[in-house]
Amino acid sequence: MTLEEYKDRFISMLNSDERKGYEGYVVHSERLVEFVRTIRDELGYDYLSSITGVDYLPDEQIEVVYHAYRSQGGPALVFKVQIPRNNPVVPSLVSIFPGANFQEREAWDLLGIRFEGHPNLKRILMWEGFHGHPLRKDWEEPYFEESEKPFSSRWPEGKAYRIEENNPFKKNVQYPPEFIPDGWVPEADTAIYSGMVRLGAEDSGNGRSLETDQILVNLGPQHPSTHGVFRMVVSLDGEEITDLQPVLGYLHRNHEKIGERNTYLMNMPYTDRLDYLASMGNNFGYALAVEKLMGITPPERAEYIRVMMAELTRIVSHLFSIGTLLNDMGAFFTPMLYALTERELILDIFEAVAGSRMMCNYFRFGGVARDLPEGVLKKVRELVTERLPRKVDELDTYLTDNEIVRTRSIGIGVLPREQAIEYSTAGPVLRASGVNYDVRRADPYSIYDRFDFDVVVRHNGDVYDRYLVRLEEIRQSIRILQQIVRDIPEGEFQTGKPQYQVRVPPGESYGRVENPKGELGFYVVSNGKPNPWRYHIRSPSFINLTAFGEMCKGHKIADVVAILGSIDIVLGEVDR
Amino acid sequence: MYGIGLLKGLGVTLKHFIETYLDDIRWLGRRYYRDETLAERQGPNARGVFTVQYPEEKLPVPEEFRCIPFLVYEVGEDGERSYRCTSCGICSKVCPPQCIWIVRSNDPETGRPIPSPTEFYIDIDICMNCGLCAEYCPFDAIKMDHDYELASYDRFADHIYNKERLSKPVTYYESIRPMNFAFEEAARAEKEAAKEAKRKAN
Repeated sequence: MTLEEYKDRFISMLNSDERKGYEGYVVHSERLVEFVRTIRDELGYDYLSSITGVDYLPDEQIEVVYHAYRSQGGPALVFKVQIPRNNPVVPSLVSIFPGANFQEREAWDLLGIRFEGHPNLKRILMWEGFHGHPLRKDWEEPYFEESEKPFSSRWPEGKAYRIEENNPFKKNVQYPPEFIPDGWVPEADTAIYSGMVRLGAEDSGNGRSLETDQILVNLGPQHPSTHGVFRMVVSLDGEEITDLQPVLGYLHRNHEKIGERNTYLMNMPYTDRLDYLASMGNNFGYALAVEKLMGITPPERAEYIRVMMAELTRIVSHLFSIGTLLNDMGAFFTPMLYALTERELILDIFEAVAGSRMMCNYFRFGGVARDLPEGVLKKVRELVTERLPRKVDELDTYLTDNEIVRTRSIGIGVLPREQAIEYSTAGPVLRASGVNYDVRRADPYSIYDRFDFDVVVRHNGDVYDRYLVRLEEIRQSIRILQQIVRDIPEGEFQTGKPQYQVRVPPGESYGRVENPKGELGFYVVSNGKPNPWRYHIRSPSFINLTAFGEMCKGHKIADVVAILGSIDIVLGEVDR
Repeated sequence: MYGIGLLKGLGVTLKHFIETYLDDIRWLGRRYYRDETLAERQGPNARGVFTVQYPEEKLPVPEEFRCIPFLVYEVGEDGERSYRCTSCGICSKVCPPQCIWIVRSNDPETGRPIPSPTEFYIDIDICMNCGLCAEYCPFDAIKMDHDYELASYDRFADHIYNKERLSKPVTYYESIRPMNFAFEEAARAEKEAAKEAKRKAN
């Protein structure tokens, strides 16, 4: 690691993380900002991918974990800050990496870590009046049963009951002390509204005779264009957007807490429910993270099957994304259904292989759940050699040159290259802004280094380019799939015997994959027990939204929908 | 020229529009409600209208399809049910949302557990159809069903399935998953043979 060369300079700032199974460096909290600035400016770590915290309850310590990368590619630089649990304060990195904004708010919300200097340190997934920080290890929810699965009441004397019956008062909410729910006026909304940028009276209008009103508009959470339950508070000057703030958490279920209760294997079907349009890709990331901890690798055939499934998933997700983008731009459902027809054929393959169309739950540690059934390979071959290339070309003719599509999307929602990097955007959003960064190429995992494919890059960073990147990525996925159906070997699909209780040695690991939405990362900490101690997801949709407000400024209200469609969020992953 | 892209796009729509009629003509009015045509219409060579006339037509589900577990029992010669389940509890331990509840039987005389469940509940409101219970059952006693039409009127009364509601005969299992069944039977026969050989050798 090149950090070694700088050792002398950094020696006062950090120590190596010596714990067994851990990697990276422990930085002193007061030198963090200086350290991050140095690695960004002098060592080229310009992409701060993930920020999260771990609550080490037995040590009375909280650790903030950062993963930084070079946008040219290469492995991660992991650094941590250790702070006392009763007063967790770290300096905020928003001034250096604006992309840290939402992630720091999430860490504050769920773990209670205060980021000093953060411009808007408010809860993001929970509501403002919520009591406690749910990812703390000593936090318990209403209807709390046990802190680890399997629950002891299920066997050998399992008398089935509904969990609501446990609680005679039917109270499923905890309030802070002295909080009276009746007659409560939500302050949170007022706080959101007062934080919005408004222009002075002299700045509004077109400067001549036209006067405009400034209004606040709530888009969502119940609005079809938001792809789920997503809410935007938009401050408008006439029709022009002066400020936009996403309001999240309507689909929040604390996936990470559930994940820490589950055993390692139990999490696999839960990952399907993150980005539910790309469940195989989610499985992949989680399997990689845990396999890294366990130190096993899947057999050859399983690797091929995995990549095949991940690429089919990419096609599915991009088709869906193009379809909904066109929906958002007003081409009501015709392009969407043309895309969905092809998606349907791929879902048939998933159903035959994994047993379910969307919630696949197909990957296992050290392989996949079962071998490909008869006839599936033939069907994939037919699809990727004949039908899909033809249909993608058809979609291309249908949409790409369409004047309405072009007028609605060219020059809209521009995200310049530098901003795309510092906002930690990922996936097609990043690549449409001219950054040649694809995890499959930058830090190859599984067997991606064997395949011949191009990383699709475009340079304007607008809605149109994001659309084109997705379209071209479908073609590249088809290219990879053609190589897979040609090369896939016979053999085992699983290393070792299938186990329902895997042994995971203590340590930490970060598994990341290039999901259709961007870099999906799983940060898993094991303490040797059957359940993970920490299970964090770097969710690309969530982090891409950090740049959303910036992209929208100065555009018309009708463009918001198109820009959101081009980011391609899935609320299951945003809210977790 | 402005508008060329639009016209090209409309050409694609027109092609799709005409294809629906061409495909109708191709089947001479026998396009719907037949299994052969359904397979063709949903396959890689599909053209024309892609939708299925549910519930008159139903898509065939593949063998691996999974929806709600069921308990496999074998029928003896006198019509008596013998469950494969030994109430070992692995399914309820591996179940991610913890929706399986098993009451283990005890011998009334000795008080020691006997390998058969007294009661077996699955809360299908909670079940996420992941199939892990079926995958890790060492006795092939719990399997995933193919029946997906499960709507009912009263969720409080009907959605906790008991042992009776969950039980299905082994012949049913064979009919929905012939490949898996054959594979498992072969493995079992092999195991038996090995045991037999070992016993003889001793």
